[in-house]
Amino acid sequence: MNDLHTNNHVPVIDILGITKTYDMGKLKLDVLKGISLQIQRGEIVSIMGPSGSGKSTLMNILGALDQPTTGAYNLDGEDIAKLSQVELARIRNRKIGFVFQSFNLLKRTSAQRQVELPLIYAGSRDRAKKARAALEAVGLEDRLDHLPSELSGGQQQRVAIARAIVGDPSIILADEPTGNLDSKSGTEVMQIFQRLNREQGITTVFVTHDPWIARHTQRVIMIRDGQIVADQPVAEPLVAGEAERPSEAEELQGIFEAAYAPSEAGAAD
Amino acid sequence: MNVFENLRIALDNLLLNRLRALLTILGIVIGVAAVTSLISLGRGVESYVASQFEGLGADILTIRASPPRRGFNRLAIKPLTTENVTALASGVVAPSVRAVTAEYQVQATVVYGYDSLSSSIRGVSANYAAANDWYPLEGGFFTEQDNTAQAQIALLGSSTVEDLFGSASYDPTGLTILINNLPFTVVGVMEEKSSTFGQDPNSAILVPLLTAQSKLGNARVAGAGYSVSTIQAQLVEDADVDRATDEIEAYLLAEHGITDSTQADFSISNPETISEARTEVFTTLTLFLSAIAAISLLVGGIGVMNIMLVSVSERTREIGLRKAVGARSRDILSQFMIEAIMLSLLGGAGGVLLALGITTIAGQALLSGVTPSLSPDVLLLATGVCSAIGILFGLYPANRAARMQPIQALRFE
Ligand SMILES: Nc1ncnc2c1ncn2[C@@H]1O[C@H](COP(=O)(O)OP(=O)(O)OP(=O)(O)O)[C@@H](O)[C@H]1O
Ligand SMILES: [Mg+2]
Repeated sequence: MNDLHTNNHVPVIDILGITKTYDMGKLKLDVLKGISLQIQRGEIVSIMGPSGSGKSTLMNILGALDQPTTGAYNLDGEDIAKLSQVELARIRNRKIGFVFQSFNLLKRTSAQRQVELPLIYAGSRDRAKKARAALEAVGLEDRLDHLPSELSGGQQQRVAIARAIVGDPSIILADEPTGNLDSKSGTEVMQIFQRLNREQGITTVFVTHDPWIARHTQRVIMIRDGQIVADQPVAEPLVAGEAERPSEAEELQGIFEAAYAPSEAGAAD
Repeated sequence: MNVFENLRIALDNLLLNRLRALLTILGIVIGVAAVTSLISLGRGVESYVASQFEGLGADILTIRASPPRRGFNRLAIKPLTTENVTALASGVVAPSVRAVTAEYQVQATVVYGYDSLSSSIRGVSANYAAANDWYPLEGGFFTEQDNTAQAQIALLGSSTVEDLFGSASYDPTGLTILINNLPFTVVGVMEEKSSTFGQDPNSAILVPLLTAQSKLGNARVAGAGYSVSTIQAQLVEDADVDRATDEIEAYLLAEHGITDSTQADFSISNPETISEARTEVFTTLTLFLSAIAAISLLVGGIGVMNIMLVSVSERTREIGLRKAVGARSRDILSQFMIEAIMLSLLGGAGGVLLALGITTIAGQALLSGVTPSLSPDVLLLATGVCSAIGILFGLYPANRAARMQPIQALRFE
């Protein structure tokens, strides 16, 4: 957590000129075309952009799941580009908490054991206690023994968030964490991210397609065609759950030619 | 990441796919059961054979005329004779020999009433009963007088009684049978004797030695009395078997005018060497059968490999996730290796249990007197072989899992 790290001036993420090229035989696909980016400790940032623009590719590189074709990547002061597979596994284990769009929970495994997973590979003690604390932080202290099939989508994603934070990572990376959720569950998940960021100072980067969700973060980075096209602070970030999201009816206001009032129309005749 | 965690993961996964795991280990179960019960039964038979020969004692040497191992000429073989018997019995030529019995076998037709059979008649010396600890049920054995008088009397084995008189419990004492058309009086029935491998002693027809040599066979040898088929030399107490063998060999070589001992036209054996030779045959046979049974183990191992490959591809996303949260390749490798080894060890345990059942039933029902021994070293072997199968056939699937890239694995549908 924030105050545990000695040097607060070093950005958590510092990438310079990152490119990623997929070699598809005849075709060379330049997915990332030179991305430079710094994310400071305690920030909560969203990345937006059209489908296929390279958001997930970037996130996977940030999460040490994939390696860039060229470019430098410093995570928490450590040069990731030079690390071996074993060391990358350690980075993923200790410094990064990844949350996926599709939750990626283990089948037929209790919530508590899902959350213990990173701790198992870290070889840490008191796994059960830490896992329960993480589940409590996402409001699932009464669902410890539930299997994924016994949890709602939102709850499953909260288990995944608990799994991401349990190892006390430097940063949480979430690729469309609300993408598979309805707006209410999405808001709940946002609430958790905001609270973890506010209370524990956890640095969070996530990808979203939903402008409403992006408005809850402090900074929005826009990507198009493998390049950053905008990187702006949000003037007044919303607090999840406080601001009422416009209902579907309100969002649809004004898109119809005539007023939509079928019952009145029927009564007038 | 410790072994305990991997054991837990493997166990969880096996329990999730119980039926599949069960079917997979079935191959191993059958293979292990086949191999272990064969080895155990083989060992049981071996010790049974050994125990059968034990009763005969190591202090009897059997001498037979037999062609030399190399470059033999059958016509040149000199028979063993009553003269040899007398010389050996004298204790002069072979001081290690205490007593000697001789036997002359001849094929003859035996008739009683309308029943007839062709049988090997065994002419034996008067001390034969004592030397072999085998006596008539009632009455005495042939005497030296019977022998010199060439008495036409016979002692029958229990099977011969059954064959000739229709019932083993029939007492033919006093009846007259015809052997090669000569009348012989049955003077008694021999005790039933457990058969060692080979000739059944209960089908014997015993007559005095000289009777067989002169009246049933044509055993006269010019200047040397009569020929005999076998000589049994009983050794003095605490005699050195090898030394006794050397003494007898030296004497017979000199008698037969042979200088090269590899050209000896006789053989000297004792129950121990016979038992060893037979045990060796059984060991080879057991090993051969086990090797065939081991093929089913191989098939079982391929089954393990198959199911591990299925498991790895089914759990690709799980592998990706584990790697994403910090599992190293070697963590994944050991996870799947342990699962494969666990599968085959479970199969091994099942196989040993099955083998236990098979050998118990076989020991009780099929081969009376044979006690199969499922000894610790066989269990150890089974465990070792199963671990090896797990390692051998688990390595490829586990390695495949370990080498997966996290991103590709997570994207896998
Ligand atoms: N393994 C790969 N091999 C080849 N091309 C790939 C591979 N992974 C991604 N791509 C390509 O890279 C481009 C960017 O993909 P990416 O998943 O980063 O997009 P995205 O911005 O996350 O889109 P979305 O919003 O739909 O999730 C796409 O055109 C995709 O086809
Ligand atoms: Mg994406």
